[in-house]
Amino acid sequence: MEEVFQDIIIKHSDDYIINMGPQHPSTHGVLRFELCLLGETVKYIIPHCGYIHRGIEKMCEKNTYQQIIHLTDRFDYLSAHMNNEAVCLAVENALEVEVPERVKYIRTILAELNRIASHQLWWCAFGMDLGALTTFFYGLRDREYILDIFEESFGSRLLHSFNYPGGLMHDLHPNFQQKVKDFIKYFRKKLPEYDQLLTGNIIFQQRSIGMGYMSKEDAISYGVTGPSGRGSGFKCDVRKHHPYSAYSKVDFKEILYTEGDTFARYKARIDEMWESMNIIEQLIDNIPAGDYTAKMKPIIKLPVGDYFQRVETARGELGCYIVSDGNKNPLRVKFRTPNFSNLFIINKIASGNKIADLVAISGSLDLVIPDIDR
Amino acid sequence: MNIFKYFGEVFGAIRSLWAGMRVTGYYSIRPGKVVTQQYPENRKKLVIADRFKGEVIMKHDSNNQHTCNGCGICELNCPNGSIEIISNKITNAEGKSERIIDKHIYHLSMCTFCSLCIKTCPSNSITWGQDFEHAMFDRNKLTKVLNQPGSSIRKEIKEVKETKEA
Repeated sequence: MEEVFQDIIIKHSDDYIINMGPQHPSTHGVLRFELCLLGETVKYIIPHCGYIHRGIEKMCEKNTYQQIIHLTDRFDYLSAHMNNEAVCLAVENALEVEVPERVKYIRTILAELNRIASHQLWWCAFGMDLGALTTFFYGLRDREYILDIFEESFGSRLLHSFNYPGGLMHDLHPNFQQKVKDFIKYFRKKLPEYDQLLTGNIIFQQRSIGMGYMSKEDAISYGVTGPSGRGSGFKCDVRKHHPYSAYSKVDFKEILYTEGDTFARYKARIDEMWESMNIIEQLIDNIPAGDYTAKMKPIIKLPVGDYFQRVETARGELGCYIVSDGNKNPLRVKFRTPNFSNLFIINKIASGNKIADLVAISGSLDLVIPDIDR
Repeated sequence: MNIFKYFGEVFGAIRSLWAGMRVTGYYSIRPGKVVTQQYPENRKKLVIADRFKGEVIMKHDSNNQHTCNGCGICELNCPNGSIEIISNKITNAEGKSERIIDKHIYHLSMCTFCSLCIKTCPSNSITWGQDFEHAMFDRNKLTKVLNQPGSSIRKEIKEVKETKEA
Protein backbone atom coordinates (compact mmCIF):
# COMPACT_ATOMS: atom_id res chain seq x y z
CA MET A 1 0.00 0.00 0.00
CA GLU A 2 2.85 2.35 0.77
CA GLU A 3 4.14 2.23 -2.77
CA VAL A 4 0.81 3.36 -4.16
CA PHE A 5 0.72 6.46 -2.02
CA GLN A 6 4.20 7.52 -3.06
CA ASP A 7 2.76 8.89 -6.27
CA ILE A 8 0.30 11.25 -4.62
CA ILE A 9 1.37 14.80 -5.35
CA ILE A 10 1.37 17.24 -2.47
CA LYS A 11 0.83 20.80 -3.65
CA HIS A 12 2.10 23.77 -1.71
CA SER A 13 0.81 27.31 -2.01
CA ASP A 14 4.26 28.70 -2.83
CA ASP A 15 4.94 26.28 -5.72
CA TYR A 16 6.03 27.88 -8.96
CA ILE A 17 3.47 26.52 -11.46
CA ILE A 18 3.79 26.87 -15.21
CA ASN A 19 1.63 25.39 -17.96
CA MET A 20 3.11 23.45 -20.84
CA GLY A 21 0.41 23.24 -23.47
CA PRO A 22 -2.37 22.84 -24.51
CA GLN A 23 -0.87 24.42 -27.62
CA HIS A 24 2.73 23.34 -27.32
CA PRO A 25 4.56 21.88 -30.32
CA SER A 26 6.23 19.10 -28.38
CA THR A 27 3.07 17.68 -26.86
CA HIS A 28 1.89 16.77 -30.39
CA GLY A 29 -1.68 17.78 -29.74
CA VAL A 30 -3.84 19.45 -27.15
CA LEU A 31 -2.41 18.09 -23.93
CA ARG A 32 -1.61 20.32 -20.96
CA PHE A 33 1.11 19.55 -18.45
CA GLU A 34 0.90 21.49 -15.20
CA LEU A 35 4.55 21.74 -14.18
CA CYS A 36 5.91 22.74 -10.81
CA LEU A 37 9.38 24.14 -11.34
CA LEU A 38 12.38 24.62 -9.15
CA GLY A 39 14.57 26.69 -11.40
CA GLU A 40 14.75 24.59 -14.53
CA THR A 41 14.10 21.33 -12.71
CA VAL A 42 10.64 19.84 -12.78
CA LYS A 43 9.34 18.98 -9.30
CA TYR A 44 6.10 17.34 -10.36
CA ILE A 45 3.95 17.04 -13.46
CA ILE A 46 0.16 16.89 -13.52
CA PRO A 47 -1.22 15.98 -16.95
CA HIS A 48 -4.59 17.52 -17.82
CA CYS A 49 -6.47 15.84 -20.63
CA GLY A 50 -9.89 16.32 -22.14
CA TYR A 51 -9.23 19.13 -24.59
CA ILE A 52 -10.14 16.94 -27.57
CA HIS A 53 -12.79 14.78 -25.93
CA ARG A 54 -15.42 13.92 -28.53
CA GLY A 55 -17.46 11.33 -26.67
CA ILE A 56 -16.79 8.51 -29.10
CA GLU A 57 -17.88 5.85 -26.59
CA LYS A 58 -21.24 7.59 -26.16
CA MET A 59 -21.61 8.07 -29.92
CA CYS A 60 -21.08 4.32 -30.37
CA GLU A 61 -24.25 3.65 -28.37
CA LYS A 62 -26.34 5.39 -31.02
CA ASN A 63 -24.70 3.73 -34.01
CA THR A 64 -24.90 0.26 -35.47
CA TYR A 65 -21.90 -2.07 -35.39
CA GLN A 66 -20.94 -1.18 -38.95
CA GLN A 67 -21.03 2.53 -38.15
CA ILE A 68 -18.78 2.17 -35.09
CA ILE A 69 -15.85 1.18 -37.30
CA HIS A 70 -15.27 4.61 -38.77
CA LEU A 71 -15.36 6.23 -35.31
CA THR A 72 -12.53 4.02 -34.09
CA ASP A 73 -10.26 5.49 -36.77
CA ARG A 74 -10.44 8.74 -34.89
CA PHE A 75 -8.83 7.86 -31.62
CA ASP A 76 -5.40 6.67 -32.57
CA TYR A 77 -5.27 8.01 -36.08
CA LEU A 78 -1.79 6.63 -36.73
CA SER A 79 -2.86 3.03 -36.16
CA ALA A 80 -6.33 3.28 -37.65
CA HIS A 81 -6.28 -0.22 -39.07
CA MET A 82 -5.63 -1.91 -35.74
CA ASN A 83 -8.38 0.10 -34.08
CA ASN A 84 -10.85 -1.05 -36.71
CA GLU A 85 -9.67 -4.60 -36.28
CA ALA A 86 -10.42 -4.58 -32.54
CA VAL A 87 -14.13 -3.84 -33.09
CA CYS A 88 -14.38 -6.21 -36.04
CA LEU A 89 -12.82 -9.07 -34.10
CA ALA A 90 -15.08 -8.43 -31.09
CA VAL A 91 -18.19 -8.50 -33.28
CA GLU A 92 -17.02 -11.58 -35.17
CA ASN A 93 -16.24 -13.43 -31.94
CA ALA A 94 -19.66 -12.55 -30.56
CA LEU A 95 -21.43 -13.83 -33.66
CA GLU A 96 -19.05 -16.82 -33.88
CA VAL A 97 -18.38 -16.04 -37.54
CA GLU A 98 -15.34 -17.68 -39.10
CA VAL A 99 -13.75 -15.13 -41.43
CA PRO A 100 -11.93 -16.43 -44.53
CA GLU A 101 -8.18 -17.07 -44.30
CA ARG A 102 -7.58 -14.40 -46.94
CA VAL A 103 -9.06 -11.76 -44.64
CA LYS A 104 -6.84 -12.83 -41.74
CA TYR A 105 -3.69 -12.60 -43.85
CA ILE A 106 -4.61 -9.22 -45.34
CA ARG A 107 -5.48 -7.81 -41.93
CA THR A 108 -2.14 -8.88 -40.51
CA ILE A 109 -0.17 -7.41 -43.42
CA LEU A 110 -2.05 -4.12 -43.24
CA ALA A 111 -1.63 -3.91 -39.47
CA GLU A 112 2.13 -4.34 -39.80
CA LEU A 113 2.35 -1.79 -42.62
CA ASN A 114 0.39 0.62 -40.46
CA ARG A 115 2.74 -0.08 -37.55
CA ILE A 116 5.77 0.77 -39.68
CA ALA A 117 4.12 4.00 -40.88
CA SER A 118 3.27 4.93 -37.31
CA HIS A 119 6.79 4.28 -36.03
CA GLN A 120 8.24 6.28 -38.93
CA LEU A 121 6.16 9.30 -37.99
CA TRP A 122 7.12 8.83 -34.33
CA TRP A 123 10.79 8.74 -35.36
CA CYS A 124 10.35 12.00 -37.31
CA ALA A 125 8.64 13.76 -34.44
CA PHE A 126 10.97 12.40 -31.77
CA GLY A 127 14.02 13.67 -33.61
CA MET A 128 12.34 17.01 -34.07
CA ASP A 129 11.55 17.23 -30.35
CA LEU A 130 15.25 16.85 -29.63
CA GLY A 131 16.22 19.47 -32.18
CA ALA A 132 17.13 17.23 -35.11
CA LEU A 133 14.92 18.68 -37.83
CA THR A 134 16.53 16.52 -40.55
CA THR A 135 14.87 13.35 -39.28
CA PHE A 136 11.47 14.82 -40.01
CA PHE A 137 12.08 14.95 -43.76
CA TYR A 138 13.73 11.54 -44.02
CA GLY A 139 11.02 9.77 -42.04
CA LEU A 140 8.17 11.35 -43.96
CA ARG A 141 9.87 10.49 -47.26
CA ASP A 142 9.69 6.76 -46.49
CA ARG A 143 6.24 6.97 -44.92
CA GLU A 144 4.90 8.33 -48.20
CA TYR A 145 5.51 4.93 -49.85
CA ILE A 146 3.20 3.19 -47.38
CA LEU A 147 0.56 5.90 -47.65
CA ASP A 148 0.58 5.53 -51.44
CA ILE A 149 -0.05 1.80 -51.06
CA PHE A 150 -2.95 2.56 -48.71
CA GLU A 151 -4.35 5.19 -51.04
CA GLU A 152 -4.31 2.84 -54.00
CA SER A 153 -5.94 -0.05 -52.18
CA PHE A 154 -8.53 1.62 -50.01
CA GLY A 155 -8.84 5.18 -51.09
CA SER A 156 -7.62 7.05 -48.05
CA ARG A 157 -4.22 7.62 -46.60
CA LEU A 158 -4.76 7.99 -42.87
CA LEU A 159 -8.30 7.19 -41.73
CA HIS A 160 -9.05 4.13 -43.81
CA SER A 161 -12.21 2.39 -42.57
CA PHE A 162 -11.18 -0.69 -44.50
CA ASN A 163 -12.30 -3.34 -42.03
CA TYR A 164 -15.90 -4.36 -41.90
CA PRO A 165 -17.53 -6.83 -39.50
CA GLY A 166 -17.01 -10.16 -41.24
CA GLY A 167 -14.17 -9.15 -43.50
CA LEU A 168 -13.04 -6.19 -45.53
CA MET A 169 -14.81 -3.36 -47.36
CA HIS A 170 -13.61 -4.52 -50.78
CA ASP A 171 -10.80 -6.54 -52.25
CA LEU A 172 -7.19 -5.44 -52.50
CA HIS A 173 -5.86 -3.59 -55.52
CA PRO A 174 -4.12 -5.95 -58.01
CA ASN A 175 -0.86 -4.01 -57.60
CA PHE A 176 -0.85 -4.41 -53.82
CA GLN A 177 1.48 -7.39 -53.46
CA GLN A 178 4.09 -6.06 -55.88
CA LYS A 179 4.06 -2.61 -54.28
CA VAL A 180 4.48 -4.01 -50.77
CA LYS A 181 7.40 -6.15 -51.92
CA ASP A 182 9.00 -3.11 -53.56
CA PHE A 183 8.52 -1.13 -50.38
CA ILE A 184 10.15 -3.79 -48.19
CA LYS A 185 13.10 -3.97 -50.57
CA TYR A 186 13.40 -0.19 -50.49
CA PHE A 187 12.95 0.23 -46.75
CA ARG A 188 15.48 -2.46 -45.85
CA LYS A 189 18.06 -0.22 -47.49
CA LYS A 190 16.76 2.99 -45.92
CA LEU A 191 16.32 1.90 -42.31
CA PRO A 192 20.11 1.83 -41.63
CA GLU A 193 20.06 5.54 -42.55
CA TYR A 194 17.90 6.13 -39.49
CA ASP A 195 20.65 4.68 -37.33
CA GLN A 196 23.31 6.80 -38.99
CA LEU A 197 21.27 9.98 -38.69
CA LEU A 198 19.97 9.72 -35.15
CA THR A 199 20.73 6.53 -33.22
CA GLY A 200 24.50 6.93 -33.36
CA ASN A 201 24.45 10.68 -32.87
CA ILE A 202 26.39 11.67 -29.76
CA ILE A 203 24.08 14.54 -28.83
CA PHE A 204 21.03 12.33 -29.12
CA GLN A 205 22.64 9.53 -27.11
CA GLN A 206 23.68 11.81 -24.29
CA ARG A 207 20.14 13.21 -24.06
CA SER A 208 18.44 9.82 -24.09
CA ILE A 209 20.65 7.21 -22.38
CA GLY A 210 19.74 6.89 -18.71
CA MET A 211 16.97 9.47 -19.02
CA GLY A 212 13.47 8.79 -17.70
CA TYR A 213 14.05 5.41 -16.09
CA MET A 214 10.96 3.23 -15.86
CA SER A 215 11.23 0.00 -13.89
CA LYS A 216 9.41 -3.16 -14.90
CA GLU A 217 7.24 -2.97 -11.76
CA ASP A 218 6.18 0.59 -12.63
CA ALA A 219 5.35 -0.41 -16.18
CA ILE A 220 3.15 -3.25 -14.92
CA SER A 221 1.41 -1.28 -12.19
CA TYR A 222 0.65 1.68 -14.48
CA GLY A 223 -0.29 -0.57 -17.38
CA VAL A 224 2.30 0.83 -19.76
CA THR A 225 2.14 -1.40 -22.82
CA GLY A 226 3.54 -1.40 -26.30
CA PRO A 227 7.15 -0.53 -27.11
CA SER A 228 7.22 1.80 -24.08
CA GLY A 229 6.52 -1.09 -21.74
CA ARG A 230 8.73 -3.52 -23.64
CA GLY A 231 11.60 -1.06 -23.27
CA SER A 232 11.39 -1.85 -19.55
CA GLY A 233 11.29 -5.60 -19.97
CA PHE A 234 7.52 -5.98 -19.57
CA LYS A 235 6.43 -8.86 -21.83
CA CYS A 236 3.16 -7.41 -23.08
CA ASP A 237 2.99 -8.18 -26.80
CA VAL A 238 -0.60 -9.25 -27.48
CA ARG A 239 0.46 -10.55 -30.90
CA LYS A 240 2.77 -13.05 -29.25
CA HIS A 241 0.91 -14.05 -26.10
CA HIS A 242 -2.71 -13.92 -27.31
CA PRO A 243 -2.45 -14.27 -31.09
CA TYR A 244 -5.30 -13.10 -33.29
CA SER A 245 -5.72 -12.99 -37.09
CA ALA A 246 -2.69 -14.65 -38.72
CA TYR A 247 -0.12 -13.93 -36.02
CA SER A 248 -0.12 -17.55 -34.87
CA LYS A 249 1.17 -18.58 -38.30
CA VAL A 250 4.18 -16.27 -38.46
CA ASP A 251 7.50 -16.56 -36.73
CA PHE A 252 8.61 -13.35 -35.05
CA LYS A 253 10.29 -12.40 -31.83
CA GLU A 254 9.05 -10.03 -29.17
CA ILE A 255 11.35 -7.02 -28.86
CA LEU A 256 12.49 -6.69 -25.26
CA TYR A 257 14.89 -4.21 -23.71
CA THR A 258 15.57 -4.18 -20.00
CA GLU A 259 17.26 -0.79 -19.59
CA GLY A 260 13.97 1.08 -19.21
CA ASP A 261 15.31 4.46 -20.29
CA THR A 262 14.40 6.70 -23.20
CA PHE A 263 17.04 5.08 -25.42
CA ALA A 264 15.66 1.58 -24.75
CA ARG A 265 12.17 2.70 -25.77
CA TYR A 266 13.69 4.26 -28.89
CA LYS A 267 15.57 1.07 -29.78
CA ALA A 268 12.46 -1.05 -29.17
CA ARG A 269 10.57 0.91 -31.81
CA ILE A 270 13.38 0.82 -34.37
CA ASP A 271 13.66 -2.95 -33.89
CA GLU A 272 9.90 -3.34 -34.23
CA MET A 273 10.14 -1.87 -37.71
CA TRP A 274 12.62 -4.61 -38.67
CA GLU A 275 10.39 -7.24 -37.09
CA SER A 276 7.27 -5.91 -38.86
CA MET A 277 9.08 -6.22 -42.18
CA ASN A 278 9.89 -9.85 -41.35
CA ILE A 279 6.23 -10.55 -40.62
CA ILE A 280 5.10 -8.96 -43.89
CA GLU A 281 7.69 -10.89 -45.91
CA GLN A 282 6.46 -14.18 -44.49
CA LEU A 283 2.84 -13.43 -45.42
CA ILE A 284 2.89 -11.37 -48.59
CA ASP A 285 3.56 -14.27 -50.99
CA ASN A 286 1.13 -16.65 -49.30
CA ILE A 287 -2.12 -14.65 -49.32
CA PRO A 288 -4.68 -17.40 -49.98
CA ALA A 289 -7.26 -16.88 -52.70
CA GLY A 290 -10.86 -16.65 -51.68
CA ASP A 291 -13.58 -14.30 -50.65
CA TYR A 292 -12.75 -11.01 -49.01
CA THR A 293 -15.69 -11.16 -46.61
CA ALA A 294 -17.73 -13.75 -44.78
CA LYS A 295 -21.47 -13.91 -45.31
CA MET A 296 -23.07 -11.43 -42.90
CA LYS A 297 -26.59 -10.19 -42.40
CA PRO A 298 -27.16 -6.56 -43.35
CA ILE A 299 -28.32 -5.75 -39.81
CA ILE A 300 -25.98 -7.15 -37.17
CA LYS A 301 -27.53 -7.97 -33.79
CA LEU A 302 -25.18 -9.39 -31.18
CA PRO A 303 -26.57 -11.92 -28.70
CA VAL A 304 -27.10 -10.64 -25.16
CA GLY A 305 -23.84 -10.59 -23.24
CA ASP A 306 -20.50 -8.83 -23.06
CA TYR A 307 -17.56 -9.30 -25.38
CA PHE A 308 -13.94 -8.28 -25.13
CA GLN A 309 -11.17 -8.29 -27.69
CA ARG A 310 -7.71 -6.83 -27.49
CA VAL A 311 -5.23 -6.08 -30.21
CA GLU A 312 -1.71 -4.68 -30.30
CA THR A 313 -1.66 -1.22 -31.85
CA ALA A 314 1.53 0.69 -32.59
CA ARG A 315 1.41 2.16 -29.07
CA GLY A 316 0.27 -0.73 -26.96
CA GLU A 317 -2.69 -2.78 -26.05
CA LEU A 318 -6.12 -1.67 -27.24
CA GLY A 319 -9.11 -3.35 -25.64
CA CYS A 320 -12.63 -3.17 -27.00
CA TYR A 321 -15.42 -4.11 -24.59
CA ILE A 322 -18.94 -4.36 -25.97
CA VAL A 323 -22.05 -4.96 -23.88
CA SER A 324 -25.03 -5.98 -25.97
CA ASP A 325 -28.71 -6.18 -25.05
CA GLY A 326 -29.68 -7.89 -28.29
CA ASN A 327 -30.49 -4.75 -30.27
CA LYS A 328 -28.74 -3.50 -33.37
CA ASN A 329 -26.97 -0.87 -31.28
CA PRO A 330 -24.58 -1.76 -28.46
CA LEU A 331 -25.70 -0.98 -24.91
CA ARG A 332 -22.24 0.19 -23.88
CA VAL A 333 -18.85 0.30 -25.57
CA LYS A 334 -15.62 0.83 -23.66
CA PHE A 335 -12.23 1.22 -25.22
CA ARG A 336 -9.09 0.63 -23.20
CA THR A 337 -6.75 2.84 -25.16
CA PRO A 338 -2.97 2.44 -24.75
CA ASN A 339 -2.04 6.10 -24.60
CA PHE A 340 -4.24 6.87 -21.62
CA SER A 341 -2.27 4.41 -19.51
CA ASN A 342 1.06 5.39 -21.03
CA LEU A 343 0.55 9.08 -20.24
CA PHE A 344 0.11 8.90 -16.47
CA ILE A 345 3.51 7.43 -15.73
CA ILE A 346 5.06 10.70 -16.87
CA ASN A 347 5.15 12.16 -13.35
CA LYS A 348 6.99 9.12 -12.05
CA ILE A 349 9.67 8.98 -14.74
CA ALA A 350 10.15 12.64 -15.63
CA SER A 351 9.96 14.53 -12.32
CA GLY A 352 13.39 15.55 -11.12
CA ASN A 353 14.65 16.14 -14.67
CA LYS A 354 15.00 19.37 -16.64
CA ILE A 355 12.16 20.70 -18.82
CA ALA A 356 14.08 19.86 -22.00
CA ASP A 357 14.35 16.25 -20.83
CA LEU A 358 10.63 16.15 -20.14
CA VAL A 359 10.16 16.81 -23.87
CA ALA A 360 12.44 13.89 -24.71
CA ILE A 361 10.72 11.56 -22.23
CA SER A 362 7.18 12.41 -23.33
CA GLY A 363 8.36 12.00 -26.93
CA SER A 364 9.70 8.53 -26.16
CA LEU A 365 6.28 7.48 -24.80
CA ASP A 366 4.87 8.27 -28.28
CA LEU A 367 1.66 9.94 -27.14
CA VAL A 368 -1.24 10.51 -29.51
CA ILE A 369 -3.59 12.91 -27.77
CA PRO A 370 -6.94 12.02 -29.44
CA ASP A 371 -6.34 8.47 -28.21
CA ILE A 372 -6.11 9.72 -24.62
CA ASP A 373 -9.31 11.74 -24.70
CA ARG A 374 -11.31 9.85 -27.37
CA MET B 1 44.68 7.30 -19.10
CA ASN B 2 42.13 9.97 -18.38
CA ILE B 3 43.33 12.19 -21.21
CA PHE B 4 43.15 9.30 -23.69
CA LYS B 5 39.56 8.64 -22.65
CA TYR B 6 38.78 12.34 -23.08
CA PHE B 7 40.18 12.54 -26.60
CA GLY B 8 38.60 9.19 -27.45
CA GLU B 9 35.21 10.62 -26.57
CA VAL B 10 35.85 13.74 -28.61
CA PHE B 11 36.83 11.75 -31.71
CA GLY B 12 33.89 9.36 -31.19
CA ALA B 13 31.56 12.33 -31.09
CA ILE B 14 33.02 13.81 -34.26
CA ARG B 15 32.72 10.43 -36.00
CA SER B 16 29.05 10.11 -35.05
CA LEU B 17 28.28 13.61 -36.32
CA TRP B 18 30.19 12.85 -39.53
CA ALA B 19 28.07 9.69 -40.09
CA GLY B 20 24.92 11.78 -39.96
CA MET B 21 26.33 14.56 -42.13
CA ARG B 22 27.34 11.99 -44.75
CA VAL B 23 23.71 10.92 -45.21
CA THR B 24 22.47 14.48 -45.67
CA GLY B 25 25.47 15.28 -47.90
CA TYR B 26 24.72 12.24 -50.07
CA TYR B 27 21.27 13.59 -50.88
CA SER B 28 22.26 17.24 -51.18
CA ILE B 29 24.57 16.51 -54.14
CA ARG B 30 22.08 14.13 -55.82
CA PRO B 31 18.99 16.15 -56.75
CA GLY B 32 17.66 13.21 -58.80
CA LYS B 33 16.89 11.32 -55.59
CA VAL B 34 14.60 14.04 -54.25
CA VAL B 35 11.01 12.82 -54.11
CA THR B 36 9.26 16.10 -53.22
CA GLN B 37 6.54 17.22 -55.61
CA GLN B 38 5.58 20.85 -56.26
CA TYR B 39 1.84 20.52 -55.82
CA PRO B 40 -0.02 23.44 -57.42
CA GLU B 41 2.41 23.50 -60.34
CA ASN B 42 2.14 19.79 -61.16
CA ARG B 43 -1.66 19.73 -61.10
CA LYS B 44 -1.92 18.66 -64.75
CA LYS B 45 0.18 15.53 -64.40
CA LEU B 46 -1.02 14.62 -60.91
CA VAL B 47 -1.88 10.91 -60.59
CA ILE B 48 -4.79 10.18 -58.27
CA ALA B 49 -5.58 6.57 -57.39
CA ASP B 50 -8.79 5.20 -58.95
CA ARG B 51 -10.23 4.35 -55.55
CA PHE B 52 -9.37 7.68 -53.92
CA LYS B 53 -12.22 8.89 -51.70
CA GLY B 54 -12.69 12.48 -52.78
CA GLU B 55 -16.45 12.94 -52.69
CA VAL B 56 -19.59 10.92 -53.32
CA ILE B 57 -20.88 11.25 -56.88
CA MET B 58 -23.76 9.67 -58.76
CA LYS B 59 -22.99 7.84 -61.97
CA HIS B 60 -24.77 9.29 -65.02
CA ASP B 61 -24.61 7.83 -68.51
CA SER B 62 -24.54 9.72 -71.82
CA ASN B 63 -28.36 10.03 -71.87
CA ASN B 64 -28.24 11.84 -68.49
CA GLN B 65 -29.76 8.81 -66.78
CA HIS B 66 -28.86 7.30 -63.42
CA THR B 67 -29.91 4.16 -61.58
CA CYS B 68 -30.94 5.64 -58.21
CA ASN B 69 -34.57 4.83 -57.33
CA GLY B 70 -34.52 6.71 -54.03
CA CYS B 71 -34.76 3.71 -51.72
CA GLY B 72 -33.01 5.60 -48.90
CA ILE B 73 -30.63 2.85 -47.78
CA CYS B 74 -27.63 5.17 -48.05
CA GLU B 75 -29.46 7.74 -45.90
CA LEU B 76 -30.15 5.07 -43.25
CA ASN B 77 -26.57 3.82 -43.23
CA CYS B 78 -24.88 7.22 -43.06
CA PRO B 79 -23.59 7.70 -39.49
CA ASN B 80 -23.57 11.51 -39.64
CA GLY B 81 -26.70 12.32 -41.61
CA SER B 82 -24.76 13.74 -44.51
CA ILE B 83 -27.16 12.28 -47.08
CA GLU B 84 -30.75 13.46 -47.46
CA ILE B 85 -33.11 11.97 -50.02
CA ILE B 86 -36.25 13.74 -51.17
CA SER B 87 -38.43 11.49 -53.30
CA ASN B 88 -41.89 11.85 -54.84
CA LYS B 89 -44.57 9.22 -55.37
CA ILE B 90 -46.15 9.29 -58.80
CA THR B 91 -48.47 6.99 -60.75
CA ASN B 92 -46.92 5.77 -63.95
CA ALA B 93 -48.60 4.94 -67.27
CA GLU B 94 -49.54 1.44 -66.10
CA GLY B 95 -51.43 2.85 -63.14
CA LYS B 96 -48.98 1.65 -60.46
CA SER B 97 -47.61 4.03 -57.87
CA GLU B 98 -43.87 4.48 -58.23
CA ARG B 99 -41.22 6.26 -56.20
CA ILE B 100 -39.06 8.71 -58.09
CA ILE B 101 -36.09 10.57 -56.69
CA ASP B 102 -36.43 14.31 -56.61
CA LYS B 103 -33.16 15.34 -54.96
CA HIS B 104 -30.21 13.35 -53.60
CA ILE B 105 -28.63 15.91 -51.28
CA TYR B 106 -25.08 15.26 -50.08
CA HIS B 107 -23.45 17.40 -47.37
CA LEU B 108 -19.73 17.09 -48.04
CA SER B 109 -18.99 19.17 -44.95
CA MET B 110 -20.45 16.47 -42.69
CA CYS B 111 -19.08 13.42 -44.54
CA THR B 112 -16.47 11.26 -42.77
CA PHE B 113 -15.64 9.12 -45.83
CA CYS B 114 -16.53 5.77 -44.25
CA SER B 115 -17.94 4.47 -47.61
CA LEU B 116 -20.89 2.73 -45.94
CA CYS B 117 -23.35 4.39 -48.34
CA ILE B 118 -21.46 3.11 -51.38
CA LYS B 119 -21.02 -0.40 -49.97
CA THR B 120 -24.71 -0.78 -49.14
CA CYS B 121 -26.22 0.86 -52.26
CA PRO B 122 -28.39 -1.89 -53.81
CA SER B 123 -28.51 -0.38 -57.30
CA ASN B 124 -24.81 0.58 -57.41
CA SER B 125 -25.66 4.14 -58.42
CA ILE B 126 -23.26 6.16 -56.24
CA THR B 127 -19.50 5.90 -56.17
CA TRP B 128 -16.41 7.82 -55.13
CA GLY B 129 -15.20 10.75 -57.21
CA GLN B 130 -11.54 11.64 -57.28
CA ASP B 131 -11.87 15.43 -56.91
CA PHE B 132 -10.04 16.50 -53.75
CA GLU B 133 -9.84 20.28 -53.97
CA HIS B 134 -12.82 21.12 -51.82
CA ALA B 135 -11.76 24.46 -50.31
CA MET B 136 -14.63 26.96 -50.54
CA PHE B 137 -15.29 30.43 -49.18
CA ASP B 138 -18.87 29.52 -48.30
CA ARG B 139 -19.88 26.40 -46.40
CA ASN B 140 -23.20 26.17 -48.26
CA LYS B 141 -21.34 25.40 -51.46
CA LEU B 142 -20.30 22.08 -49.93
CA THR B 143 -23.93 20.93 -49.97
CA LYS B 144 -24.41 19.27 -53.31
CA VAL B 145 -27.30 17.75 -55.24
CA LEU B 146 -25.95 14.56 -56.75
CA ASN B 147 -28.57 13.85 -59.42
CA GLN B 148 -28.04 16.22 -62.33
CA PRO B 149 -30.88 18.55 -63.32
CA GLY B 150 -33.20 16.96 -65.85
CA SER B 151 -31.85 13.47 -65.23
CA SER B 152 -34.14 10.47 -65.17
CA ILE B 153 -33.96 6.92 -63.91
CA ARG B 154 -32.72 4.18 -66.19
CA LYS B 155 -35.21 1.35 -66.54
CA GLU B 156 -32.74 -1.54 -66.56
CA ILE B 157 -31.94 -1.38 -62.86
CA LYS B 158 -32.41 -5.12 -62.56
CA GLU B 159 -29.64 -5.78 -65.05
CA VAL B 160 -27.29 -3.56 -63.07
CA LYS B 161 -28.04 -5.55 -59.93
CA GLU B 162 -27.18 -8.81 -61.68
CA THR B 163 -23.89 -7.48 -62.98
CA LYS B 164 -22.99 -6.23 -59.50
CA GLU B 165 -23.53 -9.66 -57.99
CA ALA B 166 -21.55 -11.35 -60.77
